Amino acid sequence: MDYLVLQMLNGVQLGLLMFLLAAGLTLTFGIMDLVNLAHGSLYMMGAYIAWTLIGWTDSFVLGAILALPATFLLGIAVEAVVMRRLYARDHLDQVLATFGLILFFNELVRVIWGPAGKSIAVPQFLSHTVDILPGVPYPAYRFAIIAVGAVVAVLLAWLVARTRVGMLIRAGASNRRMIGALGINIELLFSLVFGLGAVFAALAGLMAAPLTSIKIGMGDDILILAFVIIVIGGIGSIKGAFVAAMVVGQIDIVGRAFLPDFLKTFMSSAAASSAAPAISQVLVYVLMAGVLVWRPTGLFGQRN
Amino acid sequence: MKSKLFGPATIAAMATLGLGSLPAMAQSPIKIGFVSTFSGPQAAIGEDMRRSVELAKEHLGGKMGGKPFEIIYEDDTFKPDVGKARSEKLVLQDKVDFIGGYIWSNVLLASLKTVTDEGNTILVSANAGPSQIAGELCNKNFFSTSWNNDQTPMAMGEYLQKKGVKSLYLMAPNYAAGKDMMAGVKRTFKGEIKGEDFTKWPDQLDFSAELAKIRAAKPDGIFIFYPGAHGVQFLTQYAASGLKGQVPLYQVFSIDAITLPQQKDLALGILGAQEWVNDLPNDANKKYVADFKKKHGTYPSFYGAQSYDAIMLIASAAEALKGDLSNKDKVRAEMKKANFKSVRGDFKFGNNNFPIENFYIQDTVKDASGMLTLKTVATAVTAAVDPYASKCPMK
Repeated sequence: MDYLVLQMLNGVQLGLLMFLLAAGLTLTFGIMDLVNLAHGSLYMMGAYIAWTLIGWTDSFVLGAILALPATFLLGIAVEAVVMRRLYARDHLDQVLATFGLILFFNELVRVIWGPAGKSIAVPQFLSHTVDILPGVPYPAYRFAIIAVGAVVAVLLAWLVARTRVGMLIRAGASNRRMIGALGINIELLFSLVFGLGAVFAALAGLMAAPLTSIKIGMGDDILILAFVIIVIGGIGSIKGAFVAAMVVGQIDIVGRAFLPDFLKTFMSSAAASSAAPAISQVLVYVLMAGVLVWRPTGLFGQRN
Repeated sequence: MKSKLFGPATIAAMATLGLGSLPAMAQSPIKIGFVSTFSGPQAAIGEDMRRSVELAKEHLGGKMGGKPFEIIYEDDTFKPDVGKARSEKLVLQDKVDFIGGYIWSNVLLASLKTVTDEGNTILVSANAGPSQIAGELCNKNFFSTSWNNDQTPMAMGEYLQKKGVKSLYLMAPNYAAGKDMMAGVKRTFKGEIKGEDFTKWPDQLDFSAELAKIRAAKPDGIFIFYPGAHGVQFLTQYAASGLKGQVPLYQVFSIDAITLPQQKDLALGILGAQEWVNDLPNDANKKYVADFKKKHGTYPSFYGAQSYDAIMLIASAAEALKGDLSNKDKVRAEMKKANFKSVRGDFKFGNNNFPIENFYIQDTVKDASGMLTLKTVATAVTAAVDPYASKCPMK
């Protein structure tokens, strides 16, 4: 029982981190109709910028907070310099150009921060463990990720559902051309949405950094999973991204935590432990395929 | 028309003849390709290897057996297919005499036949040592200045067995080397294996599920293999999980001179096994480590030491043959002698061209200036032969 709770918490934490990454991706894909492979690079830049700022300010919280406006500006700049030229083009051109951006950012990081990778220590006040049940400790830092992720999810839900900007975002997701025709300043909206996406990606990156270390290409590893999440959730839907991220987080953890033992009931131990990671990796894609058959536009996607 | 058809062939023939008869041929440099990872998250390892190769070049005065030599670096980008393509380019286009390097077992396995089957190129692995190449895939054109993957964890297992550790939980990434490492530790550690996990390679960043399993399994110790950046991640999460101080961690290839600046104090007191440590008291090693430190301000890693040895091994063969590498049988025979001052101390090659060498237990400590480094604390095994040597048909 303790073990199950522990693993479910791990799943929630992973899911919330993935949600932050997927939220920006689903917004840019859904509203701007832009396939942005370089979203993972913003995740990486967030972590590196936070590393520098934490070094300057000597405080994790302060550095992390300052990193958010910095990456917002970076996002706005990337949108203005590169993305703006891509809206009118087809997805293949966008894939090619944003793939180029990945290479650019990876090389940029190598030039500025060097090839060796960096690490951010878990802040002192979160480096202890908290007993979730008597005798079952859980790292306080992972709790902090869950808390921040949940707060951001609520804020985002409020922003999208209750504010004017949110209304425009929702309108943009369901019919992009129409809101342009109604005289909404599309350029400004796009800049804002892209910058917002960059901030979420950066937040995910800097919160993951103390757990996973900062390295070149760190965002590329999990970008595919983020794409899977937005496809499952429905492109353009924040709610969809949230639900899908939570489900994918649980599936990933269940696959890693319980699958090997389950496989061992009818396979040799060695075969089971090497098959389990492969199968748990595939599970997420099986889910995606299933959802696509059942609802081709994703769980919460707009139906045409 | 006729002359046009024959033109290119004639010119090519003339060029070949002309080149072959040129006396300048004797002056042409010895070419050594070096395949490693120079971009992406694991680029720091490649950089450390390159620094050691350049240091070896400096120590040799840029010459082997009286001939100048050049080194052509190629980036495998941490991918088997790219590594194979780069190796092919070195063999077919640059026509190199040797290829050194190879951090990753999967990259080496993909590239092996491309290099060894051509016949004029000899491969010297400066790190990867997959069991297949130590056993049935062993090749006269393949030499190793590192180890077979099983050996380092075997040394660790042997040490833990002697130390009286009752049970272990094993973790490694799910690829060729990870499987060898798990098999290796299980060969010598006879206590209970409380559990084992293969994690996704190379994209699994989060080990929370596995750490929770370890907590539930309550082993006496944890054995891990997480090379490069992954070692940093594991150590951080192990510390954050609260397991540190409850279940001791033992590692192979997860703490080294490259990862230490990021692992910092988290690495202190965690034992590991290795065939080379920066404080081994032989003259070649003292010179290598001192000069490396003077140049770069950091300690070299075992990847660097093995790369340094790879160049020195090649140089020893070129010296013995006075720079004439035309007879490959002679080159191979000279290399097999391992007649050079290795930074790990002298060693012999086994029938499969893998070293027969000692393994040591190392701890993480702070040196006089407060810099984190590794220190030899025990000899785990002496003159170890890898477990696949008997499967290799070579004599």
